[in-house]
Amino acid sequence: METAQETGNLTGIRQIILVLSGKGGVGKSTISTELALALRHSGKKVGILDVDLCGPSIPRMLKVQDKAVHQCDNGWVPVFVDQEQTISLMSVGFLLEKPDEAVVWRGPKKNALIKQFVSDVVWGDLDYLIVDTPPGTSDEHISAVEALRPYKPLGAILVTTPQAISVGDVRRELTFCKKTGLRVIGIVENMSGFICPHCSECTNLFSKGGGEELARHAKVPFLGCVPLDPQLTKSLEEGQDFIQEFPKSPAFPAFISITQQILDGMLAQTS
Amino acid sequence: MELATSLGDPSPGRARDEVAICARAQGALVSGTSFTLVGLNVAPQAGSAAAAGSGGQEGAGMEEVPQDCPGTSSAQAGKGASCQGCPNQRLCASGAGAAPDPAIEEIREKMRTVKHKILVLSGKGGVGKSTFSAHLAYGLAEDESKQIALLDIDICGPSIPKMMGLEGEQVHQSGSGWSPVYVEENLGVMSVGFLLGSPDDAVIWRGPKKNGMIKQFLRDVDWGEIDYLIVDTPPGTSDEHLSIVQYLSAAHIDGAVIITTPQEVSLQDVRKEINFCHKVKLPIIGVVENMSGFICPKCKNESQIFPPTTGGAEVMCQDLKVPLLGKVPLDPQIGKSCDNGQSFLTEVPDSPATLAYRNIIQSKCLKHVNNYLIKNISLWFTVLSYLIS
Repeated sequence: METAQETGNLTGIRQIILVLSGKGGVGKSTISTELALALRHSGKKVGILDVDLCGPSIPRMLKVQDKAVHQCDNGWVPVFVDQEQTISLMSVGFLLEKPDEAVVWRGPKKNALIKQFVSDVVWGDLDYLIVDTPPGTSDEHISAVEALRPYKPLGAILVTTPQAISVGDVRRELTFCKKTGLRVIGIVENMSGFICPHCSECTNLFSKGGGEELARHAKVPFLGCVPLDPQLTKSLEEGQDFIQEFPKSPAFPAFISITQQILDGMLAQTS
Repeated sequence: MELATSLGDPSPGRARDEVAICARAQGALVSGTSFTLVGLNVAPQAGSAAAAGSGGQEGAGMEEVPQDCPGTSSAQAGKGASCQGCPNQRLCASGAGAAPDPAIEEIREKMRTVKHKILVLSGKGGVGKSTFSAHLAYGLAEDESKQIALLDIDICGPSIPKMMGLEGEQVHQSGSGWSPVYVEENLGVMSVGFLLGSPDDAVIWRGPKKNGMIKQFLRDVDWGEIDYLIVDTPPGTSDEHLSIVQYLSAAHIDGAVIITTPQEVSLQDVRKEINFCHKVKLPIIGVVENMSGFICPKCKNESQIFPPTTGGAEVMCQDLKVPLLGKVPLDPQIGKSCDNGQSFLTEVPDSPATLAYRNIIQSKCLKHVNNYLIKNISLWFTVLSYLIS
């Protein structure tokens, strides 16, 4: 029975994308959020599953932190970000009584909740389900991959910042993908370069080119560089739709190009 | 316990090469284990997850728990559906599993020679925990009369070896345990990175194995006489954090330094971490705000790359009544020094970031630790007033 229902809740999804990184704070949630917004911009229907249980960021980034999850006959109804219900979101953030509550859970509990997220959320018809993950290669990742494995096509986007410390952790994440047979859609280099708003001088705060070099080294596609952009950070803080509001900012073309590559990749795969 | 076989897994009979890749984790991935909801009763009502969270410290004493283990000290121990067939079922059902881990006592014995223990924590990743830990160690080690140890318990993403310029180093074994890798005579480092064969190796471990590794780092490393043990942690409030606090519970931790960046997205995770500290009764030494402002090297104007839209760490510290130790500006040199494995403090001695770091390390951090007793009393009041409210 359970299997039948699980299939029921995920069969309407055409593609699942995991957003991974070995390193924390490189912009996994940012990329997940902007990717969802950009995919909606191209007329797609998107769901986001936030499996970062100890530090859920997506609800705030989409300004739905005060919403609650409801239950229906088939399971949990995700939170819809807009009236048109083009972006739906499920996160542990919606289950907390107080926003500052710490989820002090060891692995087994986290695994149980992730499995419930996968089996019990009523996503409906989606073009893409984006799964945002915490940093590392541990419980959440093993459980998410394990639970989502039956639903193809499944792919991963790896996020890194340019400096060697971060690239080192993402190398390990690539090994994780290899070991678990997860297809790597590509690598995104985030926070590459900051253009001073006063004098337009570009400073490579966290150096540059590390992500591209890693992609070449590992023979996986490189999807692009997203520059540091105060407008982007600000819109994420305030839960604005960056793609809609700041089409002239330096990070905008980067997101559009990354999204286009994902859309093209999917076309190539289905045809 | 013999070190060779215990490397990476405390249970005997497991192959040694599992330190690099956990065969169990992979096996679990391929086979896809059946799933029962034990011990977690998540209903869609608000607060249910939080309620379950308070029970999250269970299951700590056991090393090799099956995925759906209800936890050794829970009421369900030995009785749940997943307990059927578990070799420890009878032990758990008898209530013996709820007894404290003998390792805690062993670790207390081992830590007798360690004067101060400081944890570096953050709910958010990539805010600079490892950078701060590394530079706190470097800064303290400048006093040659002090012995410093740096322990990296970020098992899945160890950054410390690279930051300390020790990439590719191996841990040696002696009669008294594993020897830390030394940067200077008075600065020893231990990290899972030293146990990996190649920089591509991923440590794909679930919680129990990570906990076993942390226990070994505390119990089986030959630390010697140490003035300061600095523990760098991964982001979050989960296995690694519970384990380190639990294993050191009898040995006494001086406190935690919490790192954040100025924006709200980061602060919301850091508030959770502060809550975690209250929950496990870990004193907070203070908060460091990292990446706070960037001064353009060309025009010298300051930009807020990560804008403090809700007042940054300053307002958060006031709200939660924890001390703010200082703010460190963004400096491209910091990242570069970390990539090269050098101390930023000696590489660019006159950068504003260096001054901020030195200020935190020399005056505040130490003073707080040295005045621990006094500080602790006020912290207890903080905790108390928090609990009452």
